[in-house]
Amino acid sequence: MTNIKKIAVLGGGVAGMETSIQLNRLGYQVDLIEIEDKLGGHVRNWYKLFPDHKPADEFLEKLISNLSATDVQIKTSIQINAFLRKEKKLCLFDQACEFGVYDAVVVATGFDLFEAYRKEEYGFGIYKNVITSAGLETMFLGKTIKTSGGNVPKRVGLVHCVGSRDEKCGNLHCSKVCCITAVKQAITLRQMLPNTEVFCFYMDMRMFGPSYEELYREAQEKWAVRFIRGRISEAAQNADETILIKTEDTLTGRQLKMNVDLLVLMVGMLPSKGTTVIGKKTGLDFGMNRFLKVKDEHYHANETNQEGIFVAGSASAPMNISDTISHARAAATAVDHYLKTTDHERFSEKNNIRNLEKALHEK
Amino acid sequence: MMKFYDPFILPFVIGLYFIFAYLGIKFAVMLIRIGKPERKKIAKGIFSVKTLSAVKEVFLEALLHKRIFKVNPMLGYMHMSLAFGWFLLILFGKIGTLSYSRDFFNPIHYAIFFKYFEPRDPAFFYSKTYFLLMDSFLLFILSGLTLAIVKRFRTRIFGMKKTTRLRFFDRMALTSLWLIFPFRLLAESFTSGAFQSGHFLSGTLGSVFAGFLPVENLMYPAWWAYSLALGFFFVSLPFSRYMHIPTEMLLIFLRKWGLDTGTKMSGYAEAQVLSCSRCGICIDNCQLKTAGETQANPVYFIQALRNQQVNPALAMNCLQCGRCEEICPVKIDIRQLRLITRQHLTPDQSDYHYLPVEQPVKADVIFFGGCMTHLTPGIVAAMKKLVAESGEKVWFMDEQESVCCGRPQLLAGEAESAMRLIEHNRQLITGSGAKLLVTSCPICLTVFVREYNLGIEVLHHSQYLLRLTRSQKIRPKPALLKIAYHDPCELGRGNAIYEEPRQLINSSAILVKTKHEKQMSLCCGGSLGNLQLNADQQNLILDETLQSLTAANPDIIATSCPLCKKTFQKSSPVPVLDIAEIAAGTWQHYIQPASQNQEKANIHELAENQLMN
Repeated sequence: MTNIKKIAVLGGGVAGMETSIQLNRLGYQVDLIEIEDKLGGHVRNWYKLFPDHKPADEFLEKLISNLSATDVQIKTSIQINAFLRKEKKLCLFDQACEFGVYDAVVVATGFDLFEAYRKEEYGFGIYKNVITSAGLETMFLGKTIKTSGGNVPKRVGLVHCVGSRDEKCGNLHCSKVCCITAVKQAITLRQMLPNTEVFCFYMDMRMFGPSYEELYREAQEKWAVRFIRGRISEAAQNADETILIKTEDTLTGRQLKMNVDLLVLMVGMLPSKGTTVIGKKTGLDFGMNRFLKVKDEHYHANETNQEGIFVAGSASAPMNISDTISHARAAATAVDHYLKTTDHERFSEKNNIRNLEKALHEK
Repeated sequence: MMKFYDPFILPFVIGLYFIFAYLGIKFAVMLIRIGKPERKKIAKGIFSVKTLSAVKEVFLEALLHKRIFKVNPMLGYMHMSLAFGWFLLILFGKIGTLSYSRDFFNPIHYAIFFKYFEPRDPAFFYSKTYFLLMDSFLLFILSGLTLAIVKRFRTRIFGMKKTTRLRFFDRMALTSLWLIFPFRLLAESFTSGAFQSGHFLSGTLGSVFAGFLPVENLMYPAWWAYSLALGFFFVSLPFSRYMHIPTEMLLIFLRKWGLDTGTKMSGYAEAQVLSCSRCGICIDNCQLKTAGETQANPVYFIQALRNQQVNPALAMNCLQCGRCEEICPVKIDIRQLRLITRQHLTPDQSDYHYLPVEQPVKADVIFFGGCMTHLTPGIVAAMKKLVAESGEKVWFMDEQESVCCGRPQLLAGEAESAMRLIEHNRQLITGSGAKLLVTSCPICLTVFVREYNLGIEVLHHSQYLLRLTRSQKIRPKPALLKIAYHDPCELGRGNAIYEEPRQLINSSAILVKTKHEKQMSLCCGGSLGNLQLNADQQNLILDETLQSLTAANPDIIATSCPLCKKTFQKSSPVPVLDIAEIAAGTWQHYIQPASQNQEKANIHELAENQLMN
């Protein structure tokens, strides 16, 4: 048999696809395993991407065409739910039997959106005109933004940090992408419905990426999106099915009551069920925010506590698409380095590090 | 001087007179500090059947320790053998001396040291049986004592995870208590050995000892040791936890006469504090342990209260769940004692100008959701649907403007703030002319019932919905769901409502059994009562409770408190519904993600089984 090393990539979203492409280009035999029947992950449900309003399907097509130019084996509708080590190989099992034996595994199982019904005071699932940011993208894709009564909304409210940075939900972490998503969606709303007022209710604006801050300014100056610093305390449904929201404008220190026709909840990111299950089955460590813990935030951001198991993308932390692509490529080089290093080298490398640490300690 | 005198009896006699004098003064002061209205209750109760039933309870609890038996038979036996055994020893000892000396006024120590004064076991009416009984009682006590010693060093044998920590006087009292009966056994055996008297225990041991020991010389020191142990025990008793022995008897009478703990540190509250035997049964039942808190359990709180060492952190560190009271053998009003210490800890700086000016609306029934129901609008939506179906005229009082019921302020020790809010709401409620007040929040329910004095019926919505179902005004929607019901602390232990929510669920869905039910149900962790735990600690309690609730793999968790619901929603693996949502059938939006979870979980199970094979 050949000497080509075999790698399994779990999860066919952005991170999984990009890792597979890069590993295949490096000459490895790659199985890309996806639980759903299609590749693409969450991006499939998105309309446009921030900050440049690139259509999401355009980006996805590019990724898929790159993938199909490789000989990565794509295995959809497969759920990996058990794992065993056999000597130095890693064995994966799907529900029926042994699925494959690999030299390395990349976990790219991504995130799930926060289940909005858990933040019950906002009335998702109870009031007809409360939707999530994902629901709004679906409306964008269908090119119709209507209230439950079939009307064009005159006023839309976007609520930031739903299920993120919220002790009451048990989630302390920032999901990073919701602020910029709200800015992007507010602009799209204003573009599609020029006569509709749009309000964003935020705690802070976290414009961390290139041209994000500029987009935030554009939203205010060009598109007249109103940003109100305050967390919504509760929402109630009026008789006409509009939503009454209560908050405090913390910049002016005034209490605020307002009716909106549509309330959009910017739901945060949580580790996906797949991430949690695979992490538990393979014995990976979890961080404070319940995402997978990497060996070192700075220098070993793809390595895990388990030898031969790597992580790519938002299974390790909330990430936007560009960071996910970078993280996926880094994962490929980390796997490459791991597979090209002999045990002896690995041992001496470890020893060197230990000696170095010892020397530093003695100093 | 005296007919039966020897210097060795002095430690005992001095100790005994000391304890009588101390208790006399202490109890008198306590009764004075009970306050006039409460003392009137005593005057009323003292010549009624209540006193008889108190006597019965004293016998069952202070001597037989029935409640401890129920919780832990071995622990019960230990307490019973010491208390009841000693009581029998004293009682029969006295009867024996009366029967022999025919002198009703023989001194107390004559009975205690009978064997010393009458070493040859004189014959009198039924004396054989009497001596046999006395030996048996001593053996009975010694068996309990053995258990006590084992418990101190091997707590787990008793099924207890933790026993209490001791203080100096406790140690002194404990040591002397442990020594009393072995010394008595030695003294009686040595005397029997020297005089060739005694019975199956003292006589047998006596002849054995006489075989290799100079029993004639050891006899007298042994009587000294016995008397000293008794004296030490009596002197240290008031300052040790054994003060619970006399105080509990007083407490039982006071409670039977209908006294109330109230909101101040009264003599009655003090009697409760002193009645705590620090048995430690509450420790294993207190969920603060789950949160990693080991200093604030009820037993240590009461100990600190007795020693006047309660600091704000200790006063605030209680879930007010009441699990301790369910299991406390002395039935101490632990929650209220904790609230007493909270008063005036937080300075009241609230400004009430915000209170809205409202006009009551005429209605037959008022629904009050409360602050927490505002955060769980699913409950309000379900109630509205059910009310519309029933055709009842209901005013949703706090739908637009809502003012807090006052219970959170009371829990934080701010009685004045609470009264402002209570007054505001009371005027609205009475102004509406309603005959019935319904609330979906057990926290509000408690304060409506205890503090509002409304003069109208107050119901929890589980009771109201069940009533509507029985009168066929509503028909709960059938749901093919397996439901684990969580008893909220304030509803169950707080208001003794256990059955109504269950009957309501049973009328439309399938109720599964859970590990901790009804009186023993766990706290969700979101308690308003605890102002000390941080979010991580609350989550530890939440996880423990969720684990217990989901053990039987229910489709959903049902509860009837909006605060419990909100807390569970944080991390419950299955949807959490209020009983009203189940009855109204407004739960479809929750169930979608859950059924997917279930499917996944089943697949995992299947795969795991295959792997094992």
